[in-house]
Amino acid sequence: MAKEAFKKVYTRVDKITKATCTLRAGNAGYDELAIIDGRLAQVVKIIDDEITLQVFSGTEGIPNDAEVIFLGHPPTLKLGPDIVGRFLNAYGEPIDGGPDLEGEEREIGGPSVNPVRRAQPSQLIATGIAGIDLNNTLVTGQKIPFFADPDQPFNQIMALLALRAEADKIILGGMGLSNDDYLFFKNTFENAGALDRIVAFVNTTEDPPVERLMVPDMALTTAEHFAVDHKEKVLVLLTDMTLFADALSIVSNRMDQIPSKDSMPGSLYSDLARIYEKAVQFPDGGSITIIAVTTLSGGDITHAIPDNTGYITEGQLFLRRDTDVGKVVIDPFRSLSRLKQLVIGKQTREDHPQVMNTAIRLYADAANAKTKQENGFDLTGYDERTLAFASEYTRRLLAVDVNLQVDEMLDAGWEMFGNHFTKNEIGIKDELLNKYWKPGKEGNGSLKEDNKTPEEVQVKETGEDQPAEGS
Amino acid sequence: MTTHGKVKGIIANLVIVESEGRVSQNEICMIQHSEAPLMAEVIRIDGRKAYVQVFESTRGLTVGTDVEFMGHMLEVTLGPGILSKNYDGLQNDLDAMEGIFLKRGDYTKPLDAEREWEFTPLASQGDTIRSGAWLGEVKENRIMHKIMAPFTLPGDWKIISLKEAGNYTIKDTIAVIENEQGEKRDVTMVQKWPVKKPLRNYSHKPRPFKILETGIRAIDTLNPITEGGTGFIPGPFGCGKTVLQHAISRQAEADIVIVAACGERANEVVEIFKEFPELEDVRTGAKLAERTTIIANTSNMPVAAREASVYTAMTLAEYYRNMGLRVLLLADSTSRWAQALREMSNRMEELPGPDAFPMDLPAIISNFYSRAGYVELDNGKTGSITFIGTVSPAGGNLKEPVTEATKKTARCFYALSQERADSKRYPAIDPIDSYSKYLEYEEVRESVADRISDEWLGMVEEARDVLIRGKETSEQINILGDDGLPVEHHVLLWKSELIDFVILQQDAFDEVDRMCPLDRQKYMLEKVTSITRNNYSFNRFEEVGKYFRNLINLLKQMNFSEFKSDKFMEYEKELNTVIEERRVA
Repeated sequence: MAKEAFKKVYTRVDKITKATCTLRAGNAGYDELAIIDGRLAQVVKIIDDEITLQVFSGTEGIPNDAEVIFLGHPPTLKLGPDIVGRFLNAYGEPIDGGPDLEGEEREIGGPSVNPVRRAQPSQLIATGIAGIDLNNTLVTGQKIPFFADPDQPFNQIMALLALRAEADKIILGGMGLSNDDYLFFKNTFENAGALDRIVAFVNTTEDPPVERLMVPDMALTTAEHFAVDHKEKVLVLLTDMTLFADALSIVSNRMDQIPSKDSMPGSLYSDLARIYEKAVQFPDGGSITIIAVTTLSGGDITHAIPDNTGYITEGQLFLRRDTDVGKVVIDPFRSLSRLKQLVIGKQTREDHPQVMNTAIRLYADAANAKTKQENGFDLTGYDERTLAFASEYTRRLLAVDVNLQVDEMLDAGWEMFGNHFTKNEIGIKDELLNKYWKPGKEGNGSLKEDNKTPEEVQVKETGEDQPAEGS
Repeated sequence: MTTHGKVKGIIANLVIVESEGRVSQNEICMIQHSEAPLMAEVIRIDGRKAYVQVFESTRGLTVGTDVEFMGHMLEVTLGPGILSKNYDGLQNDLDAMEGIFLKRGDYTKPLDAEREWEFTPLASQGDTIRSGAWLGEVKENRIMHKIMAPFTLPGDWKIISLKEAGNYTIKDTIAVIENEQGEKRDVTMVQKWPVKKPLRNYSHKPRPFKILETGIRAIDTLNPITEGGTGFIPGPFGCGKTVLQHAISRQAEADIVIVAACGERANEVVEIFKEFPELEDVRTGAKLAERTTIIANTSNMPVAAREASVYTAMTLAEYYRNMGLRVLLLADSTSRWAQALREMSNRMEELPGPDAFPMDLPAIISNFYSRAGYVELDNGKTGSITFIGTVSPAGGNLKEPVTEATKKTARCFYALSQERADSKRYPAIDPIDSYSKYLEYEEVRESVADRISDEWLGMVEEARDVLIRGKETSEQINILGDDGLPVEHHVLLWKSELIDFVILQQDAFDEVDRMCPLDRQKYMLEKVTSITRNNYSFNRFEEVGKYFRNLINLLKQMNFSEFKSDKFMEYEKELNTVIEERRVA
């Protein structure tokens, strides 16, 4: 850049804190980058000629006569075709040993899309996982996080989902990833032969935490490049957003801001929304879909991070280990995809909404029955049938290891309804019942009646349910 | 003479400006940033320093940049052409902006200056008028848009000339008026008003008394809102706040609907953008977009403009109310607005109140809600603003400052319950925790009895009692077990389940069920009450659930069928047969 020649070098730093340096310098722009003692920093406060810089990698060892150069522009990323298949750090520099990036230099964290220029998300993203496709259908342009405890296999499921989702590009934004998880993503994408559609920005636990703040902007600027300039379907994976928010709170603390709930900055909602709202469906076909991970502490979703996230994202997916069948499932009660209404029953079969709701309602009945059972109460025949249904439903549909087409999931749902219930117990519109109802193998006559004594039911059940389980 | 100043400091979107001249609190200024002019509002004055909040990103801004103070507060432009528009929080026309991305400093005109409107005078030459008087009208979509005398006129004025019926643009002078001192003024079809000042110009504000039909049974039947009433919907995320608000915006009995999408998801606004031009108003058959104006300040748009957006929306509502129209204003979500206040208060280093919100938050909220209401205008006509805001309580905890402050001022409370949402009982309005203070108003009770029936309120109370007893019974069953309670208790529980499934629950995505007019609500509640009043005979508790599930199924099929269609009547016939199976005198 021509401007470089005129750059003034400052060599007197007035104030140094853990994360910021303050110096007197003229004419710096807000948000502008600077290099202090060889490290990247950004202007976060200007009062007269007193300029405060946030140093991304921390201020350890910076002397008060450090050399400061202002770069005259906010953070940028070089975007070109050779970015595909690359693993980069939070500054957009290669960490995979490959050559430097070439291409157009673009500011990160750019403006938002005019809401009237957005299209309504309308393309279903099939993942083969029934807990998603059937109950919480994803749509291009959606933003949705996994709410998971740290011990759950969220990164594995996210990688699986990314590879199955038929996106043109997958952008990974890794924040505070362990080196092992970074290698896991790298190997998984390599082994799947998917490197030709991957770009990864990775900040590992070895890197300074404040650097993480750049990762989502880097990833999303890249996503916008492919979605706008090339009209591609882009899937962005952000893991783990809780660590991103932690970095925000570190910065705000060092800037002496008054913390709000859970020591998080008062602007947490806006800070997260700025990132998640980059998810968009453009009218000409390009789209950005964001799947993120927010780790919870002890499953607490009232903590400020998951709470604010929940208000921003279009639903959330909960992972849970179902001890009855020994598999990780997507929890049908707490998970939600808000955009599913746009595609279910429209791009999928007409019975999708009702099958989904009915199965979940019956599953809820089973949960009540289970509570009764655990409290030592007798179960009615209906209760027992819901329990049998729940076990089959978990195994055949909820487990994350299933891989089915949506129609197959719906058929499986009807089979299970028929196996365990009568028509009027499932309460679906007659038009659909008449078309899709599948009587159970034994016919409905064999269903346990409520007016039999619990003993009778007990005896009959063991005999009856076996064949159904085998199907 | 305008005041000029220079930028002295920048902390995110808080900018400190130093100036010599006159600067007033809440005055608007333009920062002449080299890339684009940035609009800002003065929020504190300290000696020669004015603290201004910038409605845009301050990226690249430098100290020493020129600032021009505009001499007025944040204003909206009022005139024909507001309906069907999609504005941002500062009343910029979003459709008039170029490009996919919002450009900084891209300010667009709210009204079309070239469009001609067919004007009909309503006043006559020689009339004495006051501010807000109706001088004439133009047809805007399906409503008659009144052209009003400037709202700022002091005292009495006389019309010296008034244009004849004909086509005029908003720039044309349509009347000339004169006061006793001989001062003359030209009146056009357009005027401006500062958003933070309530637009009064009405004669008085009686208590609301008319029920406002929303077509949602859990609201109209159990806790109705009135024309000119206020209500709020708090709920944790995922409980269907937005779906409920959209349903209200589609179906409510209003002439004008203004939706303030304040700091919420962009895709939700897009849904309104795309669907409202297609969907029909069930009452008039016109497209919903014709009666709707959207103020979109989604969560990724500048925070400071978020605060402005709710005021912009309220001022537009007041303008249409003064035309004698019924306006419904929806804000989703007022918590985001409160958070915007918190961010600014924080940057100004004010001493924080609870949860770091500004100390005066409750006062700000109740001031805002008080701008709603039912009014009688100077000419005897009436108009109303019904305001429903959503609240997004942090952690779903209703004991947080925004919910508590709102609860003190809003008259209807629609609590969304996580438990109901988890079991997919939508809308998740808790029938027991929610309330409508309007049911205590004598004039409301009379008007409800008039419009529906004399027995109505009695039946509603009865249904509420069944629900409360049902809830108690269900708690007992959880403790004592199914067979720990006599069969009659199970009947009680299932009667309350029946009300829950048939009256409270409603499918917002079903073509028929989504909208349930009052006459249909009356029919269904009468039907349900007749069932819950009966006694039934069962030998064992197991029979109860099975029997009632069948009744519920038939009643739900009725809800899904066109009112009084053949199908509807057939289900009812079948239902009557089933009722008789176990009914005892």
